[in-house]
Amino acid sequence: MEYFVQQLINGLTLGSIYGLIAIGYTMVYGIIGMINFAHGDVFMVGSFIGLLLFLMIGLTAATPLVVIILALIGVLIVAMALTAVWGWTIERLAYRPLRGSFRLAPLITAIGMSIVLTNLVQIAQGARVKNLPPDIKDRLAGGFTVLRGADGFDAVVSYRQLVIVGVTVTLMAFFTWLITSTSLGRAQRACEQDRTMAALTGVDVDRTISITFVIGAALAAVAGVMFLVYYGAIDFYIGFVAGIKAFTAAVLGGIGSLPGAMLGGLLIGLIEVFWAGYVGSEYKDVAAFSILALVLIFRPEGLLGRPEIEKV
Amino acid sequence: MKRLLALTTLAAGLAAPALAQEIPIATIGPMTGQYASFGAQMKAGAEMAVKDINAAGGVTVDGKKMPLKLTVGDDACDPKQAVAVATKVAGEKVKLVAGHFCSGSSIPASKVYAEEGVVQISPASTNPKLTDDRAGPNVFRVCGRDDQQGSVAGQYLATKFKDKKIAIVHDKSAYGKGLADETQKAMNAAGKKEELYEAYTAGEKDYTALVTKLKQAGIDVLYVGGYHTEAGLIVRQMRDQGMKTILVSGDALVTQEYWQITGNAGEGTLMTFSPDPRKNPAASGLVERFRAAKIEPEGYVLYTYAAIQAWKQAVEKANSLDNKKVIEQLNALEFDTVLGKFKFNGKGDPTLPPYTFYEWKGGQYAQL
Repeated sequence: MEYFVQQLINGLTLGSIYGLIAIGYTMVYGIIGMINFAHGDVFMVGSFIGLLLFLMIGLTAATPLVVIILALIGVLIVAMALTAVWGWTIERLAYRPLRGSFRLAPLITAIGMSIVLTNLVQIAQGARVKNLPPDIKDRLAGGFTVLRGADGFDAVVSYRQLVIVGVTVTLMAFFTWLITSTSLGRAQRACEQDRTMAALTGVDVDRTISITFVIGAALAAVAGVMFLVYYGAIDFYIGFVAGIKAFTAAVLGGIGSLPGAMLGGLLIGLIEVFWAGYVGSEYKDVAAFSILALVLIFRPEGLLGRPEIEKV
Repeated sequence: MKRLLALTTLAAGLAAPALAQEIPIATIGPMTGQYASFGAQMKAGAEMAVKDINAAGGVTVDGKKMPLKLTVGDDACDPKQAVAVATKVAGEKVKLVAGHFCSGSSIPASKVYAEEGVVQISPASTNPKLTDDRAGPNVFRVCGRDDQQGSVAGQYLATKFKDKKIAIVHDKSAYGKGLADETQKAMNAAGKKEELYEAYTAGEKDYTALVTKLKQAGIDVLYVGGYHTEAGLIVRQMRDQGMKTILVSGDALVTQEYWQITGNAGEGTLMTFSPDPRKNPAASGLVERFRAAKIEPEGYVLYTYAAIQAWKQAVEKANSLDNKKVIEQLNALEFDTVLGKFKFNGKGDPTLPPYTFYEWKGGQYAQL
């Protein structure tokens, strides 16, 4: 039982990170029907911005806990803002000029953008693994026991895991509210259904789409900072794997659906962890993708997606 | 002022080729990617060796002093890229390749060098296959072998942790799996059985599931056949889950980057490595010069330096740049290098002292 609980905690944390990235894929797909392949790299950029901010603040092992928490919140907010600028710029430069073009054009610029971002960071920051300074890592370490086992095996939650799941749940709730209950959310849903009609009724389509990219990038930045704090080591290539997993999560949950992305993220995280925990670390990606294939065979629209109506 | 100095050195460097014919040599390793810190070690060692040799005029062949010209190649520890770079430098007629780093790169590349007759001296590839299935008489290494390393580690584990639960994991790479298997063999032969043997995937960041599995099995000592990034993440994630398990690994942990990843979680990590060449009296002056250049000659820096030294001695003895004659000398001579005096045995392995244990403490590694 303790073993199961511990693996559950591991899976939920990993799944939360995937879910946060998956939201960016799903929102953009929902609104313009395009897969933003550069999104995984936006996550990586957010992570690097977070690292640079941490280094600028220069925390040490002696920094009091309150300052650490404030610094974490500060880094999170600034990283979100800066990464949002990146998201906005990418949309403005690479996608908006092609909006009236054929369907595959923005997909190809997205792949190009992904390569540009990866290489840009590789050149600017070097190809080596970058670490959160050990002092900060040690300061952020720690946790508590949630379930005490009889044979000396205790299920432990680290504070960082708690922060990650907490932040994810809060943001999830906030953005669900944003989409369902605000005028911005209404505009987004209107653009999703019919862009021309939305424009005719006075919705600023370009602005709405820009905001969608900005929100997606900000969430990717949160995931990036969480990833940095949780694992303590990042490199220019993390966007690729995380991006693929998150994209899979978005498809699994039903692309275009916000709760679907979150659910998909959690499922992918849990499948990976439980496969590694009960079967073996080898082939855990095969397990995750096999389940994706099975779901898509029986429910092509994904778990929470709506069946797509082909527009003629 | 410094810039001016750099410019004059550069100008001097540019002017040199006009005076004498240069001998092209190369060092190839992971200059990018997650093992780039080892590539940097090799580059530092090779650059210093070339600088020192050229400062003395170069390599003497037929009474003429010829300076060296170093090419730095990047294989990113990827076997395919390693073969591509090997083919490229062989086409450029380099006389020596001091490389590669990862065994998974060195082994396929050695076949290219054997075909082209280029001398290859690996400063760091420890997989036995490199010399056991030697591609040709041109393949050498100046480091130890994983069967030696594994036997030292296996016997140590079996005696020191006789009553503890031991697990062995590896990253499926030629180096990682090779080392893990040798260690397992030696440990089992010494009468100790492991509780768990498993593979993990290199390049990932999340090993929490594996760690929880180890925790469930009550593992006290974890032997990792793999590189420092993954080992570092695993040890941190073990501490996060409240485990006190001791991590034991091989020579891929001899980089400061390991501590950068682990922080205090790395305290008490054990690893096998050859006796620290920095402590070698023959190397003391060189170590000082490295430190003056703000480079710590850790890990494989001095091994790369020694590979070039040994080759130079062979060329001067052969009194020729003909690869065949140089290879003959390499297989016969005794060399005097910063690692000490050694010969290559019949297989191309050096006769250097065996592996010993090191412990990470407070951000430094020290011999036990």
